[in-house]
Amino acid sequence: MTPTEWAIVALALVGAFFGGVASIGIVRLPDVYTRAHAASKSDTLGAVLSIAAAALAIQTDLATIKAVFLLVFMFLTNPTAAHAIARAAQDQGIEPWTTSDEEGKS
Amino acid sequence: MIEFEAALLAIAGAFVLFAIVALYRVFAGPTDHDRVIAVNVMGTNTVIAIALVSGALDKPLFLDIALVYALLNFLLSIAFSKFNVEHGGVL
Repeated sequence: MTPTEWAIVALALVGAFFGGVASIGIVRLPDVYTRAHAASKSDTLGAVLSIAAAALAIQTDLATIKAVFLLVFMFLTNPTAAHAIARAAQDQGIEPWTTSDEEGKS
Repeated sequence: MIEFEAALLAIAGAFVLFAIVALYRVFAGPTDHDRVIAVNVMGTNTVIAIALVSGALDKPLFLDIALVYALLNFLLSIAFSKFNVEHGGVL
């Protein structure tokens, strides 16, 4: 493989690592705000790295521009969506998880 | 060249696997917001998988589908959070 292909595979692998961190956070974290945190940060970074790998892998000029546009779009909209969901949860009066919840349960 | 495309396809499959892992939260989420967050992550993983398959198979037209999917995913999250806050008065 050429060095460019190594760079593409490395970018996609790091993106897949952050995607896996986001999925584990979605399943394992205790309440809606921490899950929104995992979804907005880890998944956005994984998306940006992986779409950068796809933009490098596609050699056509117009398709590379489309991939970069998709990257910028994901970078803007993904945290905005997580913020809107967390704000809706806060408007409905869902209390954040604290350590006292953990102590009271066990 | 063959193993490079296979590596990109394998990473796309890993993202599909992460979306299936996030599907657990759609079923088990205590509140509606957990479910919307999990569906949002699944849509993001779908966009990434489409983009990686587009890069691996050298089909640039798949990126249009990924763009439209990302747009609809963002619209779905915003619409569901507005729907939850205003109890159905979103439009």
